[in-house]
Amino acid sequence: MQTEATYDYSVVRKFSIMAVVWGIVGMLVGVIIAAQLVWPELNVSEYLHFGRLRPLHTNAVIFAFGGCALFGTSYFVAQRTGHTKLFCPWLAEFTFWGWQAVIVAAAITLPLGLTSGKEYAELEWPIDILIAIVWVSYAVVFFGTIVKRKVPHIYVANWFYGGFILAVALLHIVNSAEVPVSLIKSYSAYAGVQDAMVQWWYGHNAVGFFLTAGFLGMMYYFVPKQAGRPVYSYRLSVVHFWALIFTYMWAGPHHLHYTALPDWTQSLGMVFSLILLAPSWGGMINGIMTLSGAWEKLRDDPILKFLITSLSFYGMSTFEGPMMSIKTVNALSHYTDWTIGHVHSGALGWVGMITIGSLYYMIPRLYGRTEMYSRKLITWHFWIATIGIVLYIASLWIAGVMQGLMWRDTNVDGTLKWAFVESVKASYPYWIIRLVGGTLYLAGMFVMLYNVLRTITAGRPVDAPVLAPAAAH
Amino acid sequence: MSDFVSDTWHYYVMGLVILSLLFCVWILASNMTRRVKGPVTLHSHIWDEDLQEYNNPLPRWWMWLFWLALIFGAVYFVLYPGLGRFPGKFGWTAVNQYSAEVAAEDAVVRPIYEKYMKQDLLAVAAEPEAQAMGQRLFLTYCAQCHGSDARGAKGFPNLADNDWLHGGSPEAVKTTITHGRIAAMPPFGPVLGAEGAKDVANYVRSLSGLAHDSLRAQRGREAFAANCVVCHGPEGKGNVELGAPNLTDKIWLWGSSEATIIETATHGRMNQMPAFGERLGEEKVYLLAAYVLGLSHAQAK
Repeated sequence: MQTEATYDYSVVRKFSIMAVVWGIVGMLVGVIIAAQLVWPELNVSEYLHFGRLRPLHTNAVIFAFGGCALFGTSYFVAQRTGHTKLFCPWLAEFTFWGWQAVIVAAAITLPLGLTSGKEYAELEWPIDILIAIVWVSYAVVFFGTIVKRKVPHIYVANWFYGGFILAVALLHIVNSAEVPVSLIKSYSAYAGVQDAMVQWWYGHNAVGFFLTAGFLGMMYYFVPKQAGRPVYSYRLSVVHFWALIFTYMWAGPHHLHYTALPDWTQSLGMVFSLILLAPSWGGMINGIMTLSGAWEKLRDDPILKFLITSLSFYGMSTFEGPMMSIKTVNALSHYTDWTIGHVHSGALGWVGMITIGSLYYMIPRLYGRTEMYSRKLITWHFWIATIGIVLYIASLWIAGVMQGLMWRDTNVDGTLKWAFVESVKASYPYWIIRLVGGTLYLAGMFVMLYNVLRTITAGRPVDAPVLAPAAAH
Repeated sequence: MSDFVSDTWHYYVMGLVILSLLFCVWILASNMTRRVKGPVTLHSHIWDEDLQEYNNPLPRWWMWLFWLALIFGAVYFVLYPGLGRFPGKFGWTAVNQYSAEVAAEDAVVRPIYEKYMKQDLLAVAAEPEAQAMGQRLFLTYCAQCHGSDARGAKGFPNLADNDWLHGGSPEAVKTTITHGRIAAMPPFGPVLGAEGAKDVANYVRSLSGLAHDSLRAQRGREAFAANCVVCHGPEGKGNVELGAPNLTDKIWLWGSSEATIIETATHGRMNQMPAFGERLGEEKVYLLAAYVLGLSHAQAK
């Protein structure tokens, strides 16, 4: 049954463009705070102080850049793999404007110092409520579209998107329970160590579901599409999906090793983080092996370079993470720049690159074209970004291990060998290299912006016709 | 373990943990298909023109990695705390580990401290080795407020000069570090008024020979006598019992500008040195007191 109907691409287009824009904004703030570490005199006013810009950076890259990319691609993927239009397009439109309102509100309130003080959940209660409303609407649109699908089976990418949407709703609503005292101030509903536990249950699952499950959804659509190959193993995707869902929820306490959190809770966090290595690598294997039989495509397809390199970084950081969750390792790595390096190997390498690759695939198709304006610029972007990431994470690994070793180094009389400030002094060279790495990555995003703008202006918004499902068997 | 107030939670946590592990075991065990010879089957479902899935068996090495992780987890929960309030066969706790590490370290360093504890504090202050050790302690515990060179900052006293807010005897310095100090200058704004505060500020500046308006200083002298002498004394020389600074010695904790003194007189100041006795123990306090006194003695020479 061939229909005249077309997919709802309008909201996908908006989210895709804003993902690029917010990516640049968020990474620019990242470069600024990296520079502030090297030159503290750049903390020119209270509004632009490191302490206020840092949450702005994390919120902008995770929720503005990553969020827009997830909204956009999930709406795209759910429609295309369901062979149907979006459920409730006006509500999808609302999720776009609502999400942009959240981002703008964050960009205003965080520099003003309005914060609930919870990492990755800094936004005050009125914004939290808006997030909850937008998120529930998102769930309605997404699952509504899945229900409307014209094919019997739900494609694997949608499991991951679905898991991500449900888990993030749960995490956000539970962790943001707070008592408002004024329009701009609230206090957490939890106290003391329970507050810390809830916060890191949220915090780590923000990594697990927002930054992992969601982007695995992206991976499962765009990697086989760009490679033109079937997914490596359906069986593997079933096993690693369910194992991931079951184990991630427990991992949070590894952020609170050797604190007032009860020992058994810490052990639980550590053990499940270790087990998590296998389900995480399941995704990496399934993505990379999808390319088996077509490795030569990697040589000259820059989009595939982005997608496959992102999976390598995913594999690397999901090995590093469980390792850092071991108490003995954590005693060295915790509170050092190693953690920041680890996060960025995941954020710049995995999340950033899978998003960039997916957007390069999707954007021309949203504007009635088959390819981006310039393939060469994508290749340039790839190499600039890769070199940037390597500089960034390698320098912070070295800095982090050095800091950890300096902090625990003692003299024969039991006194510390190094005053804290000595470790700061020793970190400067590495912070400069990190700044260079971050700047390169940002520069790559400008290359992307130019390429995207040229692609859009050369094409025009086109909504592709809804495809009839292929006859099974 | 007293983390739970009722048994329900213990079983709840234990149940969930075991269930999660068993779930992983089940999903893994039920998908251990043998490697197939020949071409792998392609699932018949097709999405979006060309999206399809092979059904390759789980990679062996990955499957065994998963099994290994699950076995490790199960063994860990038998040996270490994790299943509700079950303490684990090793009886390990973070507090025990900490105590053991501290005890091991103490056995090594205690003789060094004991040697100094037997000496007079001023003698320790004169010994270069003890001073080096004291400096390292100072850089760890005190430098955050008093600075790496112990010369203080606005609101944080300079410890390298010979001026002591709470007394500079070995006993007094030890007491300061052990129990901390609280010094409060009450706000006099409501009593003095804006003009009165300015007058007093000029008088206070005159005490240490700084430039001042003599007419205002004269008026300020009366206000000073009425309000400030209780703590700072009739001559403004302060009182170590109360921690009231000497205002005649050109040493300023908060600053000597007219504006700063007006601010101090109007709004008062609240200053606190935290107590370190419990945290550091008397041996480290002893060495720190000796270090600080050594600094000012060196200055005096």
